[in-house]
Order: sequence, then C-alpha cells, then structure tokens
Amino acid sequence: MFKIECPWCGDRDMVEFTYGGDATKKHPDDMAAASLDEWNAYVYERDNPCGPHWEYWHHVNGCRQWLMVHRDTLTHEIYETAKPTAKDVKKPWTGKGDAS
Amino acid sequence: MGKTPYNIWNVIKGGLTGQKNWTPAWRDPEPKASYDAIIVGGGGHGLTTAFYLAKNHGMTNIAVLEKGYLGSGNVGRNTTIVRSNYMHPENAHFYEHGLKLWENMSQELNYNVMFSQRAIINLCHSKAQYDAFARRGNAMRLNGIDAEILNAEEVRQRAPMLDFNPRARFPIFGGLMQARGGTARHDAVAWGYARGADSYGVDLIQNCEVTGFKIENGEIQGVETSRGYIGAKKVGIAVAGNTSKVCATAGLNNLPIESHKLQAMVSEPLKPLIDTVVTYGAGHFYVSQSDKGGLVFGGDLDGYNSYAARGNLPTIEHIITAGVAMMPCISRVRLLRHWAGIMDMSMDGSPIITKTDTKGLYLNAGWCYGGFKATPASGWCFAHTIANDAPHKYNEAFTLDRFAKGRVIDEKGAGPVPGAH
Repeated sequence: MFKIECPWCGDRDMVEFTYGGDATKKHPDDMAAASLDEWNAYVYERDNPCGPHWEYWHHVNGCRQWLMVHRDTLTHEIYETAKPTAKDVKKPWTGKGDAS
Repeated sequence: MGKTPYNIWNVIKGGLTGQKNWTPAWRDPEPKASYDAIIVGGGGHGLTTAFYLAKNHGMTNIAVLEKGYLGSGNVGRNTTIVRSNYMHPENAHFYEHGLKLWENMSQELNYNVMFSQRAIINLCHSKAQYDAFARRGNAMRLNGIDAEILNAEEVRQRAPMLDFNPRARFPIFGGLMQARGGTARHDAVAWGYARGADSYGVDLIQNCEVTGFKIENGEIQGVETSRGYIGAKKVGIAVAGNTSKVCATAGLNNLPIESHKLQAMVSEPLKPLIDTVVTYGAGHFYVSQSDKGGLVFGGDLDGYNSYAARGNLPTIEHIITAGVAMMPCISRVRLLRHWAGIMDMSMDGSPIITKTDTKGLYLNAGWCYGGFKATPASGWCFAHTIANDAPHKYNEAFTLDRFAKGRVIDEKGAGPVPGAH
C-alpha cells in the first residue's frame, strides 16, 4: 500500500484514489485533422516503463480532482505529485507542481 | 533423450531398487555459440513453443533462455483455470484448439498435469445477464464448443455451497457452464513441457537473461545475454509481463501493452467443498478447490501499472468481499498465502502472436488474465509461426497492427482500457 499526496488535500491513503493511466499521452490537438497513426499512438500505444512513470489518478473518494503522480512502477515509490494543469508532461519533464 | 518413462512399472522397479532408476527431467547445458532458433522466456508459453518447434516442426537445434529458473513466472502464479468459453471466432477457435491439447496433454508429455475437467460455471444474477450468457453460449455452440445454460436450481445442484437466498446481495439467477473446462496442476505443465522439449534435444538454459538483440539490415542475428552472445537465425519472445522491457531492447517500442499485477490467493486446506470452478457474475471473483483442499481464488487487477510481483491489501479485501457475498460459508476461512503476477495487459484483451518488422523476430504477448489456459495453444501456434515464418489460421488475427487497422478483438466490448477486459 502507499499514500498519495493530493495537491489539494495532502497525504491520503491510496484507496481514496482510482487510477487514470499514462499521463504522457495527449490526444491530438486538432482532432479532426489528426491522422490515424496519431490516434493509434494516443489510444493504443504505451511506453509501459519499468521505473518512473507519469500517470493520472482521480481522488474520487476525496476532493474528486484529477492529479498527476510520478511513481515508480517497480518499487511503487512516489517521487512527486502535481495538479493536472501542469502542461505537456513528457518523460524528461521534472518540473514540480502546478506549471500554470 | 533416454529418459526413464513415468509409468507404474518404473515406480515398482524404483521401489525395489532404491529409486535409482530415474533420470533427470532435463539437462543443465551450457549455451552453444548459435542455434537455429532461440525462445526468450522459459515460462509456460516459451517451453511449449520449444516443445512444439521440436515435435511438430523438427527444429531441435534450439534453446530456451530463462533469466531465472524454469516456470518461475506466471505459469506458477495463476489460479490454474482452463476453459474455452469465448464468443468471438478468433478467440473461440484458438482456445478450443488449446482445450483439445489440454485433454491429451498428460499422454502427450508422459507427465501427469492433473488436468481435471470439473466444469466452469459463470454465474449470472439478472435476466439481462442470463440473456447475454445465452448469447455467448449459443455463439460457443455455433463454433463447435460445448456450453450449457443453467437455471438457478441447476446451478444449486452442482454448487450447493453458494448463497441461493433470494435476499442475497446479488441473488443467483442462473449460469453458463462449460463442462469441459476445469483446472490443471500449473507447475506440472511447465515441468512436463520442459522435460518433453529436453527429450527432443532442446537446450533449456536457466539463469541466462537476454539483455539485447543483434539486428543487422532488418534481420535478427542473435541475442546478448548475461552469459554472453548467442547467435540465432530466429528469435521468439515470450516474456509475459516483461514484454515492453525486453522488446524495447529490440527496438520494438510503444507496444499496445501495459503491465499490471493480478493477485491470486489460497486458503487453508478444507474438506471437499467445491468440485467445480465458479465465477461470480456480480463482482470479480473466481474459485476452485485444489487437491490439497485449499480454495484457490482470485479477482481483479490491483488497477495501476506495476512490475512488482506483490499485491496490496485493499484489493484482497475487495476480492474476498465479493467471495463472501457469493459463498458466505467461507467468511471464517483463513487465508494461507497470496501473491501477484505481472500481466501483459493488451489494449483489447486479446493476445498477440505474430511476426515483427524485423526478419526472424517473433512476438508472443498480451495474455492479460488468461495466459495459463492458452499455454498449449500459444506454444503450438507460436511454433508454427516461427517455423513457417507465417501464422497459423488460429493465430492470424492476433497481429500487432490490428489496433492501428481497427480490427481489435474486444471480447467484452470494453474499449481500449487495459484491465477492463
């Protein structure tokens, strides 16, 4: 088990959250013009790293806000959490907290 | 290769001669400089692939490379259920072929895998769910697979320990039964195929982790391992939860796979309680009883990407809550042990057995929760694909590009969410 630090509520037990998947995936900006390859990359393809992973969680049994969590998929250690408004999370992104 | 057959005469002979008549089930060879084919991963699917490459396709100059010990992954970490109750034709024919291999496996391998066709019953809890199951049962029958729809009384006759009280949280309305489904002794499956492959001369190399792939001009040359470079004309990857990790070293990135953990549990041994496999229709719970008496059960994924083969307590609580709702008589049974395996969750819930863009490199992955029952069919089809450089009709739909082409095989209609299938 682990705790997740909600940017709004502080440290909370993981059972208050549900998982929202890979946060490095971003749907195409121009949805109508995007090619099928772009959609395929967004919908189906995953980096699936063994190690640090940016992911979405939903504080569904708490403040009901979405958040981003930088978590190690092997050790389950959480390095940091951020508000989902922090833009363009890519793997090398190390910015902390709310980028807006 | 000169193995003592497992039969009653050799048991008697061994009893009279101090058990000195047995030969090792497999050798522990040093890796050769090169092979005709290498299978990465010495689990159920890898060993089966090697066995059928040798048996069906005459390829005996091959090796299985395993980073730990044989059968140390999901083949020994599952709830041992075997079934072929699928609706879509692509899955139905594949798993049914597998079930037929299961039915003859102990004879084929001269190894008792304790395959027990004790039937699997999927419970339904409403008229609508019953209709959906009837539809699936009809689809199965049209595909030539046995299926029976049961009403609540018929379920009660087969599984009287369930909660048939109409005031249960989710009263039982009926069920869909596949009488040929059942369970098997999972480690014996790995050991039996290992022994069978070894007897054809396949080198089973343990403690040999593949760390990279040598690819030149779009063609596989060999693999880098913790025990040195090994050349190979063909390489098949069957590494389940580690698929993304291993494939990344071969330049195969961004597969439609997420690694998640799935827990399984065993209770303390009980007197015979349940002689079939039952799955709950109102929550994620499935149970059978092992020959040692322990209830073997499992449920849903822990729910987040993970490469840690250990589970979390909230999920255990959730699974057991569903179990107690289905059969309240187990509420005071103590849990003996629990563990987790790393599932290679594909985005449509169906597997991938395919060639890749690299000549001579083949991929077997995406088994989600269902890799164990697929073990013989997976190896059989993967061996065919590797030997002929073309898929068999049973696995021709299990391609990597089906996602981009919109030909997903989404049994449950759940969409591109790994874990929703």
